[in-house]
Amino acid sequence: MATSKAKKSKTSAPRLGAKKSMANSKLDLPKDLLLNIHRLMVKSRVLEDRLIKIYKAGDAYFWIGGPGEEAFGVPLGLLIHKGKGPAYDFLHLHYRCSPTLVAMGMPMIDSIRLIMNRSTDPCTGGRNFANHYCFPEMNVTPVSSPIEVQYPIALGTAWSQRRFGGQGVSIVTGGDAGTAEGDFASCLVWASRKGSELPMLITVQNNRWGISTAFEGQHGESHIADRGKAFNIKTLVINGNDPIESYIKLRESLDYIRLKRKPVLLEAKVSRLYGHSSADGASRRPEEDCVEIFEEKLKRAGILSDRQAQSLWKEYEAEAKEAQETVRLEAPPARESIWEHVYFENENADWRKF
Amino acid sequence: MANMAQAIRMALHYCETNLDLKDVFGQDVGPPLGGVFTATQGLETAWNSPLDERGIIGMAIGLGLSGDRCVAEIQFGDYIFNTIDLLKIAGNTHWVSNGAYHLPIVVMTPVGAGIRGSIYHSHSFDAWATRLPGWKVVFPSTPLDAYGLMISAVQDPNPVLFLKPKALMRVRGEELLPGEPEDEKQLKKMIDAPVGDRSQWRPQWPQLAEYAVPIGKAKITRHGRALSVVTYGRNVLMCNQVADELQRDGINIEVIDLRSLIPYDWDTIRESVRRSGRVLFVNEDTEVTNFGEHLACRMTKELFYELLAAPRVLAAKNLPGIGLHPNLEEATVPQVGDIKQAILELLEEAP
Repeated sequence: MATSKAKKSKTSAPRLGAKKSMANSKLDLPKDLLLNIHRLMVKSRVLEDRLIKIYKAGDAYFWIGGPGEEAFGVPLGLLIHKGKGPAYDFLHLHYRCSPTLVAMGMPMIDSIRLIMNRSTDPCTGGRNFANHYCFPEMNVTPVSSPIEVQYPIALGTAWSQRRFGGQGVSIVTGGDAGTAEGDFASCLVWASRKGSELPMLITVQNNRWGISTAFEGQHGESHIADRGKAFNIKTLVINGNDPIESYIKLRESLDYIRLKRKPVLLEAKVSRLYGHSSADGASRRPEEDCVEIFEEKLKRAGILSDRQAQSLWKEYEAEAKEAQETVRLEAPPARESIWEHVYFENENADWRKF
Repeated sequence: MANMAQAIRMALHYCETNLDLKDVFGQDVGPPLGGVFTATQGLETAWNSPLDERGIIGMAIGLGLSGDRCVAEIQFGDYIFNTIDLLKIAGNTHWVSNGAYHLPIVVMTPVGAGIRGSIYHSHSFDAWATRLPGWKVVFPSTPLDAYGLMISAVQDPNPVLFLKPKALMRVRGEELLPGEPEDEKQLKKMIDAPVGDRSQWRPQWPQLAEYAVPIGKAKITRHGRALSVVTYGRNVLMCNQVADELQRDGINIEVIDLRSLIPYDWDTIRESVRRSGRVLFVNEDTEVTNFGEHLACRMTKELFYELLAAPRVLAAKNLPGIGLHPNLEEATVPQVGDIKQAILELLEEAP
């Protein structure tokens, strides 16, 4: 089975000729921004690699993530209007969103606290899986394991933002396989009602897999984004392995939503470098690597030196390793904390005490 | 006196005027209909959603995450089942975020039998609802309680399921709502939309006052020491009727209207049963893994040596549906005669 999966992976790489097109595409962004994008992509990759190592070392029960999606996730994170409340962007993310959070300023150690389920985990207090983030101060709503539930939930924050005015946008991300759920259709229906359109960036990161179900096993449509056309939603398909294209197209989409207060459906073709999760091994697969390709491109253009690149990787690897060592020593959640936060302000939730 | 639909409508009007309720939405909730039971007629904030239950619950959760207060309706409880995982998410949002987010949302839905609703308009949801930790669950039996519980639900910072007994939506109360005119014809003229073109119609709301029924507090509707009946919703009226009939025979039954299922008022139940030694739990959800079973189990564990008879649960038969014909419906969900018989049998038991 494993061999068969690996063979399928080769044929299921994004079909945009991304490597070639990205290698030849123009560096149409300021040099400082290119270097910042590269830096955050490296940081995000190092973090995900470390999360996998933590799992394989037995320091975590489960890993799930999205290495291979840095070229999409980092530009998205950089373009967020970060803050709390309807004036700022709301994020309804799925569990392949580390690059976006890293770009928004999440410290590596917080992600490590989450996967190692310590009491210091700022997202869930040791209650949830890796990459199931939650940062209310940045409008990052809780990531849920059931796929696609974030799509109808995003409607609510978008409705609030529509009423509030301003430029806040609700951004929802998910995978290609999840679009089989009715929740994806719900999102398109509610976001596009005439006269009640919602300021939403609806995205699908298409890595052509749903655990072990190949894209062809589920989809008849050529592009998932085409489904938005039936709802008069502005749609586009991008090469999510090219951070420059991602940045430019995401910026254009967000500018449109902020101004027009109408939705955009954006499909990004991305790689899936380590499979679905630790459930299928979390081992490297032969797909194109957006971080490697982008780094080579910057080197060829003379923007980045070998020494600078190596230094960056080493710096983040050291930070991640040190974070793991630190978190190992941090306290686990206390057993008696199970009754906390069932209800607001710890109102009694234990029926034995009713 | 207002009926329950009017009472809920007036409570929602009070909430949108005084408690920053921003959205009341669901299928047919907005104009022109104002809900299939007219419970949202004439409200400023009511709007029609797509016919999509998952979208409705998702929208409510998102509104709660943004800090806006809403009341979402699922048109019939029978159609809420495809949203259970979203209800579960709403219930765990505060817990999984370790207290960082909370959801001040209300979901209301009509439940139960009694309107000849057949298989898909007679479902109960109370047992399912009590298996959604993180939610509070309320279930009124009178218009005044519906008014007070809705105001409490909207004020509550947690998700609240407001279960409406379908069979009681048109039943008038015996108590006036605070601010309600005494003449029910006058009230109807003020707040019920006319038949036909409603485009120019606007309600004339009475000067309503806040009246909150605390979530988690039961009400004793009949006092007695021979036996305690613990019930809620539509069955309260039936149990009251039985208690009144038995009273004429010199048998004093205590009837407790639970009003809130989660949290439930254990103190009131326990103290009543301590006085009577006998207890019957009555509701119309199916009998296997019924909420009454949880209460009966707890009662058995805590008051075993004080009981004069084994606690009993009277609920609907464990069937996949409720048939349309009255013979079928009445044989499935508890009726007045069933309640009376169960009480008499319990009274005959000797320790």
